[in-house]
Amino acid sequence: MTLTRLLTTAALALGLATGAVAQDKTRVGFIYVGPIGDGGWTYEHDKGRLAVEEHFGDAVETVYQESVPEGADAERAITQMALQGADLIFTTSFGFMEATLAVAEKFPNVKFEHATGYKTAPNVSTYSARFYEGRAVQGHIAGKMTKSNIVGYIASYPIPEVIRGINSAYIHARKVNPDVEFKIIWAYTWFDPAKEADAAQALIEQGADVILQHTDSTAPQAAAEKAGNVVTFGQASDMAEYAPFPRVSSIIDNWAPYYIARTQAVIDGTWETTETWDGIGPGMVGIGEITDAVPTEVKAEALALKEAMAAGEYHPFTGPLNRQDGSVWLAEGEVADDGTLLGMDFYVEGLTGQIPN
Amino acid sequence: MGTINPELLLAAVIVAATPILLAALGELVVERAGVLNLGVEGMMITGAICGFAVAVNSGSPALGFVAAAAGGAVLALLFALLTQVALANQVASGLALTLFGLGLSSLLGQGYQGIKPPPTPRLDLGPLSDIPFLGRVMFSHDLMVYLALGLVAAVWAMLKYTRAGLILRAVGENHDAAHALGYKVVRVRVLAILFGGACAGLGGAYISLVRVPQWTEGMTSGAGWIALALVVFASWKAGRVLLGAWLFGGVTVLQLNLQAAGFAIPVEFLSMSPYLITILVLVIMARDKSCAPASLGRIFHASQ
Repeated sequence: MTLTRLLTTAALALGLATGAVAQDKTRVGFIYVGPIGDGGWTYEHDKGRLAVEEHFGDAVETVYQESVPEGADAERAITQMALQGADLIFTTSFGFMEATLAVAEKFPNVKFEHATGYKTAPNVSTYSARFYEGRAVQGHIAGKMTKSNIVGYIASYPIPEVIRGINSAYIHARKVNPDVEFKIIWAYTWFDPAKEADAAQALIEQGADVILQHTDSTAPQAAAEKAGNVVTFGQASDMAEYAPFPRVSSIIDNWAPYYIARTQAVIDGTWETTETWDGIGPGMVGIGEITDAVPTEVKAEALALKEAMAAGEYHPFTGPLNRQDGSVWLAEGEVADDGTLLGMDFYVEGLTGQIPN
Repeated sequence: MGTINPELLLAAVIVAATPILLAALGELVVERAGVLNLGVEGMMITGAICGFAVAVNSGSPALGFVAAAAGGAVLALLFALLTQVALANQVASGLALTLFGLGLSSLLGQGYQGIKPPPTPRLDLGPLSDIPFLGRVMFSHDLMVYLALGLVAAVWAMLKYTRAGLILRAVGENHDAAHALGYKVVRVRVLAILFGGACAGLGGAYISLVRVPQWTEGMTSGAGWIALALVVFASWKAGRVLLGAWLFGGVTVLQLNLQAAGFAIPVEFLSMSPYLITILVLVIMARDKSCAPASLGRIFHASQ
């Protein structure tokens, strides 16, 4: 009896103590769509989370949940994180948009940050990176490197973000190689290594000798390596383990500075709803090392393109550009506005096939 | 618009079907013994990392597959202890096994990301591989493909023609009667569960060593659940499991190829086609009213 009471008191005291400590700390939560070991998208978000921990030390506590499916279960996962006392929650996939807004309405005191979305609320900000700038560099290299003039593209879901990437890559590939053709597979998944490998295999069998991917795992890299003569690019993460060949370059997402800045804003009480969309210039999009498998002059051109975009001298969507149906989208010298880009639901002229609805 | 090479396509289908075929075949034996093990996904992914780790460290894919089978069986043993000895609920234990397997595999897999496994060699079948068309489609694979096909035949023959198969089915149909006849219900079921675990482990390792080949967390991404569904839709028959696996793998690969070749079929339909066609064909075939083993999922204790 005494022992039980003693233990209860001890447990209670411990609970109070930890409760008290937790109150001082700012809790930052992360909802991931894949496992943190995917080597791509989620892996980079988790690197950002670790950077927050390192930067703030004991002042901040981070929590995360990985492999949360896009759909009804996402709302439950986000709600649970809010109930656990998170002050700031990053939901890191496009498909979490509605769930984030729904939960945000119920927890007005919690701040939410949704990646790659376009809907905001008083306590919901959005943030994304201008990955299409990186796609321009990839498209340039792809156009130069392909011998079969067939570039394979493993797309995930038909959302503006993915369509922008396809358009940007195609425009810049065609610029240096007018005969280039894109073969696009919609995998309808962000992460399914076996399916991604099969998709890469199908593209290779269709004659593609360059493969771009907008899915999160390194499986297409492995498939390309097995084929032997196929060029790939790292997606979301450097995927340097497949360098120098087949992976000849990569787009690297760098979320750490943004995550640190937003956490700081919550601590300072200065957090406001924002719509952040940064590119190569501010460092949110990085271009991984271009390996020696790429000819020197192509590498130099690619780097010049990167510098021009970083300096703001060149926009990847600069006219003259037509839509797929041949109608004029951008006149000579005209630059696409962010609104059109954020809602992009059309292919540019030259691409074949239709975008699924 | 490109054209699809049927040789390469069919060869790819057989590779794509092998993991779910192995896992489903194991689960078929388990369910015929009257046990519902929902932990296939967990056992597959555990097999995937066990096989990968051992193959990388030893340099031998064959050893890797042995380790994968062992890894899957060890995890299945846990399930056997819970459900056959401690008489725990099979559905809950199976789901727990999947969660446990996913967690365990990412723990074991630390440090194996981005490593390339030793290549699994193609089996040299001599002149058979030179037969036009058929040689490329059927006789140019690795040993595991043939092992899986052999296993289908073995399981079918075992269940249909042997005494062991009869006992296994008796245990699955009516465990009380089987017990009254003096058969060791628990022993039979534990052995079946271990076999199921080993098969799932092999299926997982086929993904990590041959089909993808690399280790990524959560890389089976649902293949175990497909295998589970396949067993039900195949009416617990080995031959239909093979058909279902080929159909599912076939349509999966075909739809990707159709997309790549630029055929004007809406992608939405293509994406759902593997599930739709597999279910449709197997449901139509199941009109002969073959039903689940009568004791499936029920707990057995000799005192009852």
